Amino acid sequence: MNGQHNTSGNGQPKEPARRRFLAETLTAAAGALVLAASLGLYQRSAGALPAYACRPPGALPEKQFLGACLRCGQCVRGCPYDVLHLAAPGEEIPTGTPYFVARENPCRMCEDIPCLKACPSGALNRSLATVYESSMGLAVLLDHENCLNHLGLRCDVCYRACPLIDQAITLEVQVNRRSGVHTLFIPTVHSDHCTGCGMCEYACVLDNAAIKVLPLSQARGKLGKHYRLGWEEKEKAGGSLIPEQLKLPVRRPEELP
Amino acid sequence: MTARIPGREAIRKKGMVQAAKWLALRRLSQLAILQLFLLGPFAGVWIVRGSFSASMTLDFLPLTDPLTALQSLLAGHALGATALIGALIVAVFYLLVGGRAYCSWACPVNLVTDAAAWLGRRLDLKKSIGFNNTIRYWLLGFILLLAPLTGAVVWEWVNPVTILQRGLLFGIGLGWAVVAAIFLFDLLVVRRGWCGHLCPVGAFYSLPGFLSLLRVRAARRDQCTDCMDCYSVCPEPQVIRPALNGGDKGSPVILSGNCTNCGRCIDVCPQDVFQFSQRF
Ligand code: SF4
Ligand code: SF4
Ligand code: SF4
Ligand code: SF4
Repeated sequence: MNGQHNTSGNGQPKEPARRRFLAETLTAAAGALVLAASLGLYQRSAGALPAYACRPPGALPEKQFLGACLRCGQCVRGCPYDVLHLAAPGEEIPTGTPYFVARENPCRMCEDIPCLKACPSGALNRSLATVYESSMGLAVLLDHENCLNHLGLRCDVCYRACPLIDQAITLEVQVNRRSGVHTLFIPTVHSDHCTGCGMCEYACVLDNAAIKVLPLSQARGKLGKHYRLGWEEKEKAGGSLIPEQLKLPVRRPEELP
Repeated sequence: MTARIPGREAIRKKGMVQAAKWLALRRLSQLAILQLFLLGPFAGVWIVRGSFSASMTLDFLPLTDPLTALQSLLAGHALGATALIGALIVAVFYLLVGGRAYCSWACPVNLVTDAAAWLGRRLDLKKSIGFNNTIRYWLLGFILLLAPLTGAVVWEWVNPVTILQRGLLFGIGLGWAVVAAIFLFDLLVVRRGWCGHLCPVGAFYSLPGFLSLLRVRAARRDQCTDCMDCYSVCPEPQVIRPALNGGDKGSPVILSGNCTNCGRCIDVCPQDVFQFSQRF
């Protein structure tokens, strides 16, 4: 009703102008929507952190980190060892986020954690009590065939390089079945102490490190929800869960008729 | 008749200094900001740490890009106090000096798009496809919507603005391609295409500009000879008309938040029509 009245009152030119305005606005909106939607999809496909990249100490879990980090690089500037980089376009790491590559330049675990202190956003979490509590990743001795200790030699370099020697990495003794008389000293990482600093990977003497720091999501297996560990359940219950062991009669062949 | 080169008459009448004053100051400001960021890593003089997204000056003044901060908040992150205070300081600052002063006085992308515009004028590339300049506000809206939908500061994956800003300070990688694309888009496809039509960062900073104190005023508009030099050099020419040609009833103040307060119109006007002033 109102529209009709307007048209007749103001003559013809108003309609095409308004229509053009509407069309232009819709085009703009549609164009922007297409761009935004492709961006959303692109982000989905480029989700996870590649295995060679670690986040700085105290970084929130990856998904939260991507919502928290402002890509400002103050952590990068704070690091006295130039360990950290901001990902540039073309790298597999979300653009602008800080990371380090353990094999090139591992984290030295500064007691005062200057990278974390510089972070204004909380993407590097201030509640991290000490640098030893950080979990930038988890070291895994990946190659049991080329690791020199596995071959029966005494390399021990990763073990000695670890700032948490005898806690994060221990040498576990095994029989050397090849010689039959010697001992293998197997570098063994313990997830409750390893911070993922990457000193071990950096120090590994092989051309391609046998021990590597991986993101936790890739390094750790996960039990199915339905698994119960009998010995833990037993401890929780304060005794055996089965009330009485069932004694079955022993049947031997000679007892058969 | 050869094409009129905007600014020539102003140089003749007012002299080089008066006709390029604001341009020179602006370039100085843009380069000085980059220098301050680089002084730390290159010379060990730590005045400013960080980048345009967030920085810390002299260990006590935090500054945060409010758009990045807003995206982080929308993505569901409880932003640290330092970042929040920084964003507040920046917001208040641009409420005073005009939001898009960010574009013309700080952002290094302006160097690229100004260069494209300058070359376009020199080569007389007048033709450019029509393009709606509200698309930037739609983009801004969708970007702010994407943050809560994905839980990430998604825009930063591809934001050409921070790709260049960060690239200059931390290494740019393949980001050069993005910058080159903007230059060519501005030069060959749409004049002032990126900063004037598409950039959602500029769109965001235009918002405080609609309220800001510092504005350009066509104080002596009765002296205007319609040489059109101001329109030729202005990155947002549509903002001039209401103030300059709006008739006696209209305000002589350029009220649009999209005026970047670059002051180039002040420089090139042979009649000294424009000046910086406050809004009221
Ligand atoms: S803890 Fe020290 S070495 Fe490790 S990333 Fe932070 S500042 Fe750099
Ligand atoms: S300092 Fe914090 S917000 Fe800035 S890049 Fe590093 S992690 Fe991200
Ligand atoms: S990453 Fe390697 S060196 Fe660092 S704590 Fe873990 S085991 Fe030790
Ligand atoms: S009106 Fe003047 S100050 Fe504003 S953007 Fe245009 S040229 Fe720059």
